[in-house]
Amino acid sequence: MAKLLMKGNEAIAEAAIRAGCRCFFGYPITPQNQIPEYMSKRMPQVGGTFLQAESEVSAINMVYGASGAGARVMTSSSGPGVSLKQEGISYLAGAQLPCVIVNIMRGGPGLGSIQPSQGDYYQATRGGGHGDYRLPVLAPSSVGEAVELTRKAFDLADKYRTPVIVLGDGMIGQMMEPVELPDDGESAREPESKPWAARGWDGSSPRAIINSLYIDPSVLEQHNLALQRKFAEIEKAETSFASERVEDADLVIAAYGTMARIARSAIRMARAEGLKVGMIRPVTLWPFPSEPFAQAARTAKAFLTVEMSAGQMVDDVRLAVAGRKPVHFYGRTGGMVPTVRDVLSRIKEAV
Amino acid sequence: MAVVFEKSRSLTDEILTYCPGCTHGIIHRLVAEAIDDLGAQSSTIGVAPVGCAVFAYNFFAVDMMQAAHGRAPAVATGIKRALPDRIVFTYQGDGDLASIGMAEIMHAAARGEKITTIFVNNAIYGMTGGQMAPTTLVGQVTTTSPYGRKEELCGKPIRMSEIIAQMDGTAYAARVSVHDPRHVMEAKKAIRRAFEAQRGGEGFAMVEVLSTCPTNWGMTPIEALKWVATDMIPYYPLGVYKDSSKGAA
Amino acid sequence: MAKLTILSDRCKGCGLCVEVCPKKVLGFDKKSLNAKGYRPASAIAPENCVGCAFCARMCPDCVITVER
Repeated sequence: MAKLLMKGNEAIAEAAIRAGCRCFFGYPITPQNQIPEYMSKRMPQVGGTFLQAESEVSAINMVYGASGAGARVMTSSSGPGVSLKQEGISYLAGAQLPCVIVNIMRGGPGLGSIQPSQGDYYQATRGGGHGDYRLPVLAPSSVGEAVELTRKAFDLADKYRTPVIVLGDGMIGQMMEPVELPDDGESAREPESKPWAARGWDGSSPRAIINSLYIDPSVLEQHNLALQRKFAEIEKAETSFASERVEDADLVIAAYGTMARIARSAIRMARAEGLKVGMIRPVTLWPFPSEPFAQAARTAKAFLTVEMSAGQMVDDVRLAVAGRKPVHFYGRTGGMVPTVRDVLSRIKEAV
Repeated sequence: MAVVFEKSRSLTDEILTYCPGCTHGIIHRLVAEAIDDLGAQSSTIGVAPVGCAVFAYNFFAVDMMQAAHGRAPAVATGIKRALPDRIVFTYQGDGDLASIGMAEIMHAAARGEKITTIFVNNAIYGMTGGQMAPTTLVGQVTTTSPYGRKEELCGKPIRMSEIIAQMDGTAYAARVSVHDPRHVMEAKKAIRRAFEAQRGGEGFAMVEVLSTCPTNWGMTPIEALKWVATDMIPYYPLGVYKDSSKGAA
Repeated sequence: MAKLTILSDRCKGCGLCVEVCPKKVLGFDKKSLNAKGYRPASAIAPENCVGCAFCARMCPDCVITVER
């Protein structure tokens, strides 16, 4: 495995190809354009499909069709485009169709800005569309981790028959870092067999019907209960996080994605000044790693959540800490990125 | 005695959920017969719309997907791109195709997507209770045009076959009716041709079928058939608007 | 001589078959209701049937089989 210097967006695209993704449907929007651009070049080389759809709405519905037909399929976008996809994402969740949706977040609301943001946390972790559902949300904090989590996203999608979100901010998408890509020999995998897929009915088994309509409320409730059991299973088995120097920490920082890297630098400086600061970095935003926060609430004196938002993940941290210790928040919005110095001064205020 | 007419194999035994006299059932049968004729039952995937035909997945004896409102051509595109050797069709109403799904149908045609679209035009939203459709005739009373559709407020109804025929990616576009047995036979030929165009890889194919909605038109089934002939066909002329095997009409 | 078989329980009594039959073979049995509460169409003059299948082609519910 050779190390390559790659942009986050391109690394995500290549990782998807190596995870067996052979269908990609997308639409241009900054700051994720390198994903569809890369796919338009690579898919023909591997016998796959790249199609630039007429809209995000169409792109996600093409994903629905390809996924329903059994393909490993991905789409990518950024905030405004992901909002447009929400109708389709709800249908995908309802019909239990696996796919990977990449959101390289930009500033919002509305057309917002094209600079990095983490303002789509609520949308991603609460389902995003209509109805009761959740989706696994994976948040890389480096290009290398983006490669790893893109692959994991496809596996989770197939394992649980669910859409999976890879939630990056504009910096993850745009930055270049050395990455190790799994070589083709190991990873050119056939997707596992999907007997539920609609690929033509030979009469030997029940017909495949890909559907999210259950007109009888009692039947729909059963469907919802089944979905909830699946979500509970995902919560139990797939929660992921990284903790750094939490054991002796008086102050525990909560941060994900690029924000965690900035926080790490601030923690290093704080430690150099003798302040006992650690960090819990959620890797899965849903399921949220509540347990390590609950644990840390026994030993730490306070928490500080730092985000590129007006305060979204902080709600989940507060739910996990459950009032046992104060949970402070620091964030900037609109594409403004907190600096290491900003975070360090907030650490000093909170300790 | 030999059987001269029986139910198509590509229909299930489910009782159709359409109102008495609604011609959706005739159109379902013609689609199923085309699939039978092509020997394509095991290689066909259908896409059901939102609207009265939302339960089409219960009625066609082929693998089916149910799509969000208007998005059937995008869903069909995803299926066809993943499984290029399969026969893929969408079955859509006028609100689904000509209103909320206008972008999807236009771009499927523009791309020459090798799918077949059955477009059922009954000039009204049936499932939701008789609201004005993009194809509602000027003057036609619906629950959201209680004084009749007014051209100055809503414009004129959209003629989809003529528009789709203009797209370079379209291999076949025709408008047919099922208001009497002769027209049913002509509709059958058009629908079969639309599936053959797909199998031959010629491009996008659409058949617009003028259909009835006795319930929401406030007519008996027989009156509704007559209204198709007297009121719909003059505004929506029948015919083949494009056939790539014959050149443009 | 041709023969019609009507699945009365699936008939919704819309009358399209009655309307298009050129030989007035079909009509409504005014005394009976089917399981769905509709008055089903039936062959009231079966001897006149020529097996043209107009009725079956117009039936929206596929309830008619025609033999000849």
